[in-house]
Amino acid sequence: MAETTTHDAHVSSTGLSNVKLGMWLFLGSECLLFGGLISTYMLYRGRVSDGPTPEQIYDIPFTSVSSFVLLMSSLTMVLAVSAAQKKDDRGINLWLTTTALLGATFVGGQVYEFTAFYNEGLGFSTSLFGSSFYTLTGFHGVHVTVGIIMLLALVAINKRSSVPGSKSETVEMIGLYWHFVDIVWIIIFTLVYLIPV
Amino acid sequence: MAIIERPTPVLDIPALPAAPPAITPSRTFGALKRPVASTGWKSWLFTVDHKKIGLMYGATALFFFIVGGLEAVLIRLQLAAPEGKVLNADLYNQMFTMHATTMVFLFVMPMAAGFANYFIPLQIGARDVAFPRINAFGFWCFLGGGIVINLAWFLGGAADGGWFMYAPNSGPVFSPSNGIDFWALGLQIAGIASLTGAINLIVTVLNMRAPGMSLMKMPVFTWLVTVVQFLLLFAIPVITVALFLLTFQRSFGAQFFDVAAGADPLLWQHLFWIFGHPEVYVLILPSFGIVSEVLPVFSRKPLFGYPFVVFSGAAIGFVGWGVWAHHMFASGLGPVSVAVFSVATMAIAVPTGVKIINWTLTMWGGKLVFSTAMKFAVGLILLFTIGGLSGVTHSVAPSDTQQTDTYYIVAHFHYVLFGGSVFGLFAGFYYWWPKMFGKLLNERLGSLNFWFMVIGMNLTFGPMHILGLQGQPRRMYQWTEARAGEGFFNIAFWNLVASIGSLVLAVGILFFLINIVVTARSKVRAPLDPWNARSLEWMTSNPPKEHNFDSIPKVDHLDEFFHRKYEEDPVTHTMREVATAEQVLAELERNADPHIHMPSPSYWPLVLAVGLPVVALGVIYSTMVAIVGGFIMLYAIYGWALEPATAVASDFDTPSTNGHAVSTTHG
Repeated sequence: MAETTTHDAHVSSTGLSNVKLGMWLFLGSECLLFGGLISTYMLYRGRVSDGPTPEQIYDIPFTSVSSFVLLMSSLTMVLAVSAAQKKDDRGINLWLTTTALLGATFVGGQVYEFTAFYNEGLGFSTSLFGSSFYTLTGFHGVHVTVGIIMLLALVAINKRSSVPGSKSETVEMIGLYWHFVDIVWIIIFTLVYLIPV
Repeated sequence: MAIIERPTPVLDIPALPAAPPAITPSRTFGALKRPVASTGWKSWLFTVDHKKIGLMYGATALFFFIVGGLEAVLIRLQLAAPEGKVLNADLYNQMFTMHATTMVFLFVMPMAAGFANYFIPLQIGARDVAFPRINAFGFWCFLGGGIVINLAWFLGGAADGGWFMYAPNSGPVFSPSNGIDFWALGLQIAGIASLTGAINLIVTVLNMRAPGMSLMKMPVFTWLVTVVQFLLLFAIPVITVALFLLTFQRSFGAQFFDVAAGADPLLWQHLFWIFGHPEVYVLILPSFGIVSEVLPVFSRKPLFGYPFVVFSGAAIGFVGWGVWAHHMFASGLGPVSVAVFSVATMAIAVPTGVKIINWTLTMWGGKLVFSTAMKFAVGLILLFTIGGLSGVTHSVAPSDTQQTDTYYIVAHFHYVLFGGSVFGLFAGFYYWWPKMFGKLLNERLGSLNFWFMVIGMNLTFGPMHILGLQGQPRRMYQWTEARAGEGFFNIAFWNLVASIGSLVLAVGILFFLINIVVTARSKVRAPLDPWNARSLEWMTSNPPKEHNFDSIPKVDHLDEFFHRKYEEDPVTHTMREVATAEQVLAELERNADPHIHMPSPSYWPLVLAVGLPVVALGVIYSTMVAIVGGFIMLYAIYGWALEPATAVASDFDTPSTNGHAVSTTHG
């Protein structure tokens, strides 16, 4: 912030803002979280006990469509960041809301998918495959949901014009998180759905 | 309130300023208005000041140290004689599980976090950490986690699966009480403290150094604690996954560790030790940092080979990720894995050895001053080396197979953790006490404290080498006279010695507690620079003012404070004093920044952290309670998001401008 440059404590040694550096570190930590969950799934995906196998229940075309929706939300997120840099409030609200809607579509698809799998006989405690599948994709779904809450909350706060600090940076930070969650989904989609056991 | 302080000189202590006119908050964030108390308990509860948070970490950790110590004494009383009757088997399991959990997660880690919180901003010339509210949130998470873990004592029994909580002992069949549920959820909450603390301190160190302080001019304590924060940043999420899997298994019927359902019993061990081995360095590196500060000061010499200490610390940080399976040599990993991890474990002894050499050569030829802090630092070098050497014997896999799960292992990790980590922390107490409280700890009591601890610790843990090599297993609640052996290797004798040693150790700790009370009652103020110290944290008053430095110092040297006091004589090449500490400080005060902006206190970190234990209890007992906890957290998050970190004038009624310490106008 310009008015604080006279105070040495506010000048960052790396040139990156504290918030941005902190967000990158947090995302680095999140890599290990998903690393642990993915490893668990990869270890257990073939252990189905008496329950259904992955090949029997996965609906690849359906999940491909919902994955595509999630990836498109990264595009709208970029448009929101771009609008924020141009100080275009209407654009910010429009693209943040669109991103949230696309994210919600993805989560809706996941809820549908979970319901369908459950009806086909794959419960959380049916088999090791079931436990680890729901845990991994569930954690990802929770991350997307948290992202949606952040997006909608930012829109609401922005409409009241009470975003503390730098608005474009706040949008950018949610953007970093959102892109990270999308990238994780690309990995999960490939490893979980596309690579056969 | 926006705390905007005008610097006041400390050297001639000013009369207390007239109380500023009462300021009342006008704007709400959520339903709560800004906290305004600057004194009393409210000023601690809602503080975001890194020094107050550091002290709260320290005080809480000290409490848990006493709890964990009493658990240890009970364990030793049980094992002092054959067929011990002090504890039954079930209680004994809880006791050793909680002793380790308490000492690792609720004493050493938070005590190091307390020192890091207090001294890193001071050592790098900053006024606070990067995220003061997240810092406060971290402390409350640690406290909440500690309470949840220990709550189990009163609600049906504590966790009883060992601190490593191996499957299948962690399953409901072998541990039907709720102890392990409390343990897993409590550690999860305490883990949030470590994770947020790691992000906060890394950003602080990378972004908020005083002008001129390049990375290679940072004090070694700051360096090594930064390495620790990177270890935590990447290790905590792994234990988070493991704890989630455990909670899902125990509370929601998942099968992750259920061997009957085809689960792999090694999954938990791998996840736990991928976290657990970096964790070992999380426990020791802060103490290495402390003695690297203490030894040069009391040897009157700069640290020998500063870059080697720094880079060997970073090397430990990297290699520490490649040795986890040496905890699992006996689990049938296969010869290739065992060989790889065995060699990596031998390799990690090298950067540790480098540090031992550096410390020794720092003392070599120095004018040694054996203050209590110095005694503990030298004690660390000797005792840690003994523990390090027995550690190397574990890296030899065939030998380790014999030692696994015997008291030999217990002897090893107590030499490195007690002789290493704890001695380092005690060196830190005696060295930094005058900085934190403005009074010197009593050196006579300190000496008793030190000698009782050294003798007690060697009596307790030394004999365990013999017990272990004789085959006494860990975690057995009784041993029998019939199988005690004879002569020098009679385990009855050595068990008794170890138990007496633990009481000697307890007396040593008691001397420390007495010392705290005696010092608190003493009226003698510590001099400004009692140890003739070298680094920036001493370039401010004792205790430091809320804003730490009146003007941010410009740094030209490693050991900047020393180089402001001493210059090299061009003829004799000896260092001669050119300024006293008082003169250096007076110089800073003359150049004081006219207005200093400090972050404002906040309710939200505490409110958010209160929600977490409520959710944890809800997971164990009732979903409704968890939902209530979730709403508390959601409410706090919104309040937090809407509240600017530094209060603006419109947050208050009638902003005051005439007070001594309070003004809300912008400089």
